[in-house]
Amino acid sequence: MALTPTAPLRKRATTAAFHLSAGSLAALWLFPIALVLVTSFRTFDDIAANGLGSWPRSFSLDNYGQAWVDGGQQQALINSLIVSVPCVLVVLALAAMAAFALSRYELPFRRTMLLLMLGGNLLPPQILLIPVSKLSEMMGIYDKLIALIGVQIGFGVGFYVFVLYGFMRAIPVEIQQAAVVDGAGPWQIFWRIILPLAKPALAALSALSFTWIFNDLLWAITVLRSDSKMPITAALIGLQGQYVSMWNVIAAGSVIAAAPTVAVFLRFQRHFVAGLNLGAVK
Amino acid sequence: MAVLTAPQRKTPAQPPLSGRRGRGPRRNPPLLFAFVLVPMLAEAMWVFWPALQGFYLSLTRWDGVTDPQFVGLDNFREMAGDEVFRSATGHTVLWLVLFGGLSALLGLATALLLQQERRGIGFYRAALFMPVVFSLVATALVWQAIYQPDGVLNQLLESVGLGSLRHAWLADQDTALYAVIVPALWRQIGYVMVLYLAGLKGIDPALYEAAKVDGASAWQRFRHVTLPQLRGVNAVVVSVIIIDSLRSFDVVWALTRGGPYHSSELLSTYMYSTAFQSLRLGYGSALAVVIFLLAFGVICSYLIRAFREAD
Repeated sequence: MALTPTAPLRKRATTAAFHLSAGSLAALWLFPIALVLVTSFRTFDDIAANGLGSWPRSFSLDNYGQAWVDGGQQQALINSLIVSVPCVLVVLALAAMAAFALSRYELPFRRTMLLLMLGGNLLPPQILLIPVSKLSEMMGIYDKLIALIGVQIGFGVGFYVFVLYGFMRAIPVEIQQAAVVDGAGPWQIFWRIILPLAKPALAALSALSFTWIFNDLLWAITVLRSDSKMPITAALIGLQGQYVSMWNVIAAGSVIAAAPTVAVFLRFQRHFVAGLNLGAVK
Repeated sequence: MAVLTAPQRKTPAQPPLSGRRGRGPRRNPPLLFAFVLVPMLAEAMWVFWPALQGFYLSLTRWDGVTDPQFVGLDNFREMAGDEVFRSATGHTVLWLVLFGGLSALLGLATALLLQQERRGIGFYRAALFMPVVFSLVATALVWQAIYQPDGVLNQLLESVGLGSLRHAWLADQDTALYAVIVPALWRQIGYVMVLYLAGLKGIDPALYEAAKVDGASAWQRFRHVTLPQLRGVNAVVVSVIIIDSLRSFDVVWALTRGGPYHSSELLSTYMYSTAFQSLRLGYGSALAVVIFLLAFGVICSYLIRAFREAD
């Protein structure tokens, strides 16, 4: 092939065709993101006069201030972080513990327990909404962020246990036996051997679970009521009601709401993609 | 999921766990039971117990204030005559077929396109799965701006001479549901693509070499090598899509709340508004049970596969 003179030409043509198709696909995908970014910097008058779809004729940062302060996005972002960060830490700690015990020891009924936990996560959340909101009322934590943290942990844990179980099971048993010979107990084996080895899976699941919990809407509007407690997703819907057709402010709000997860994605892209593969069930 | 990534992670030489019997520690220290029981309790409290209650509540009439009143299967009987329920079920099925089918097809197509290792491939892939990290609410608002009467879509139609197609996309009963599916797809395709990319990577290149030697065309190689090799991924993708479709809520809620006139109502949004806006908690629970029943087969087959994997 390489000997014929047309080969490099044909190769260049396929390369060009590839970049053309992949490039236009990427452009199509990035266009809505670019649009919202541009809109978030336009003034209301510009949009009102020229329409949302027109070329921008103004530049202003005020929209962000308006969404941030008057629109309550600052509080909402804080709420979201108060929920997401502890949730990720606790749910992964709990899941790692359970996965360790189930995957490394011959506990009775370990497979039943594993599948029971996974099954709980597969349930459609709709069946849980009403009882969960009543449960949090009964416990006196309705409309408190702790209720949202609780339900996020309870609903998510089964899935993370399942993924970590698969990962930890693949760690060779000899590593653990060496530690047992040296007199290490289960806690030391867990803390000093298995957990460090499970780091890649934990990193992937952290990136993924952060975006899931941060982006959740359904659980938040089920156990929370007051606007001041709402996380960023619910606040964004509120913003839409408050600033009807003020697309500049709504766009700025969307950018604020998406920024943390995009930052996590760009920083931990590799882990994130690994997590998507681990996390094919969501 | 473990089922999916098995080709990369599983070491075939590893004996299955049951093969270790007798070699592992004899007695199980109590700490291990705590390790399992604490997470189990968390899930039992927030999932298992509420789920049981949910099933019971579906047999009651309840306004959330007075005590629930047991009415047997009345709620389900009521559904038979409920127009909104019927159209919401239809929309859910349509959603499953369109959203599910298209995200699987286009996810596979983009994965095939972007599987080749070329310069700039990382950028293209990142562009396609960037939306996966957005909340569906933010996604919905972005697209709402596109669908506005003075938005980009209408302006675009105008500029290519199709001004007559201008539309209030989300406010028209005939287009609302489809207008909602597009943003959901925009976000889902990148996700499905990632799953297929991993699956394609797991295929042994020797198979393609052999097929080439045998004179198979590109289509034949796809049909007889790629597709059969992707069977495992397909099963995962289908489960994910069905479960996701039945759970779909955020994007519809943020865009249309199921309106106008229930034209974009899904079972999930109907369930939510029945329960928390109309405060018909018993009927809402019954709707949730229907959603559960629709998902039941997928959940079971998923668990059966997981069961085989887990051993």
